[in-house]
Amino acid sequence: MSFIKILDKMSDNASFDAKASRRDVFKQFKSFGKGAAMASIPFGLAGMSKSTKAANAAFTTNAMQASPTDVLNFALTLEYLEKEFYQIGLDTDGLIPEEDRDVFGLISKHEDDHVAFLLAALGDDAVEKPTFDFTGGPGGLNLDTFENYATFMALSQGFEDTGVRAYKGQAGALANDNTLLEYALQIHSVEARHASKVRRMRGQKGWVTGGDAASNGLPGVFDPIYAGETPESNLVQGGVDLSGMFDDFGGNQAIQEAFDEPLTMEEVLAIGGFFIVSDDGSDG
Amino acid sequence: MKKPVVKVDVVNASSKDSKNSRRKFIKLSGLGIAGSSFLLYGCSEDDMFDPNAPVAGPDPQPEPEPEPEPEPEAFDLGSGNLGILNYAYALEQLEAEFYTRMTEGAYYTGLADDSEEKQILEDTWYHEVIHREFFKTAISAVAPDDILPDLEFDFSSVNFDDRQSVLDTALLLEDTGVSAYNGAGKLIDVDAEMGGTYLLLAGKIVSVEARHASAFADLALGTPTAFARDEVLVSISGVGPAFDKATPPADVLAAAGGFITTEFTANQLPTE
Repeated sequence: MSFIKILDKMSDNASFDAKASRRDVFKQFKSFGKGAAMASIPFGLAGMSKSTKAANAAFTTNAMQASPTDVLNFALTLEYLEKEFYQIGLDTDGLIPEEDRDVFGLISKHEDDHVAFLLAALGDDAVEKPTFDFTGGPGGLNLDTFENYATFMALSQGFEDTGVRAYKGQAGALANDNTLLEYALQIHSVEARHASKVRRMRGQKGWVTGGDAASNGLPGVFDPIYAGETPESNLVQGGVDLSGMFDDFGGNQAIQEAFDEPLTMEEVLAIGGFFIVSDDGSDG
Repeated sequence: MKKPVVKVDVVNASSKDSKNSRRKFIKLSGLGIAGSSFLLYGCSEDDMFDPNAPVAGPDPQPEPEPEPEPEPEAFDLGSGNLGILNYAYALEQLEAEFYTRMTEGAYYTGLADDSEEKQILEDTWYHEVIHREFFKTAISAVAPDDILPDLEFDFSSVNFDDRQSVLDTALLLEDTGVSAYNGAGKLIDVDAEMGGTYLLLAGKIVSVEARHASAFADLALGTPTAFARDEVLVSISGVGPAFDKATPPADVLAAAGGFITTEFTANQLPTE
């Protein structure tokens, strides 16, 4: 199964009919600086494949629940991305300071293991590794990811925080397979350990501090990592509006920190689309 | 996945014979932890409020009371999703109380207000209080008569004036919290009312516990890879260690029980 097929299956119309939201993202590009020049290039899902647009016509209005195989392939794609990102980082002379190499070495090993585990679980159903461009070229960016440690760290935080939200968002789709659900949870919290570590290395709190990139120490173009259908700024949990209830305990800021929020598969794929050149290893 | 109906009267229906209920709990938890916890053996109210009382070894003698007074029945967490919610509420009560006591100790009060260490401790205290109060509100809304009561704790093994003692305990609690929520996820019946919401909530909280655990590992252990060290992770199918643990409630309660002085039972929690 190809990555694009997953996209086709997973995407609902909400990902495509939202010209307005695309315009919002363009605004963010402009605020990001150089990337603005590239903003006319379609990004993310819509930019990835002609076939996604064609498939869009057939989408129903209801988001579909992904099958366990789809969810594992979705997870595998994210883990491919993280694995390659850290491997290149570790292989790039002079990028990661000596004192931080153990940290990224361990994270890299975990991502390798997660890929190996998911490949074994999927067998012949596993998607192939896409071609990644960590400068963000497919999303119209031009990041100095492997030349500038600060950029590398920023992307690391972004990928780890996205990973946490991505696995969380699929818990429901795995709920009827206890074994897979438990495995996914066991990966999910490891991603959170990574995220906390990298955030703190960047001088951020280990926990997510708001529903946009700026409040998490990242440039505005990374907003989708913290925004979404249920943004990280959410204060309503299980139908209970917690806002204003904890003024003696850090207030609403602490409430949003105390609960991490999910991303939908579409939201995650849109973020991943910034860094995915193609699904089959060839340019396209 | 089991689909038990959440019964609001499960507690009243449970264990007329509290001795029997204790025995069942022991069976559930495994005998290895006998004596580690008040949880396993009931004690009188007097024992519970005596700070000098030994931490409840198992009573070696069967109670030979010819005319036993009717013992107050221990609270049972309940079955189905209610049981899991009460279980999570017990853990959050434990964590919140620990950090609340921490804020009164010399270690915490002696930290500079603008230090990262103080910020980590203070934030975690806030988060755990919020988790506790959230569960209290959420459970009260669906099962007001069957919510776990406020628990009493014994933190005499912790020196709140001592940095290492506090941080080691915090790390233990956070790592335990991670493995507990990971182990509880599959026990939630998503087909019951609100079931999907509860599963998602467990996911929303467990990653915050993992973020805490990562921070406390750095503070308590001070090594570059403490945040996701091999010792706290496991392998699956020969791959790893790269996965957090997923621990069943019986094992978690046995481990955490040493801090909990209020007797309660977990006889009806789902096990798969």
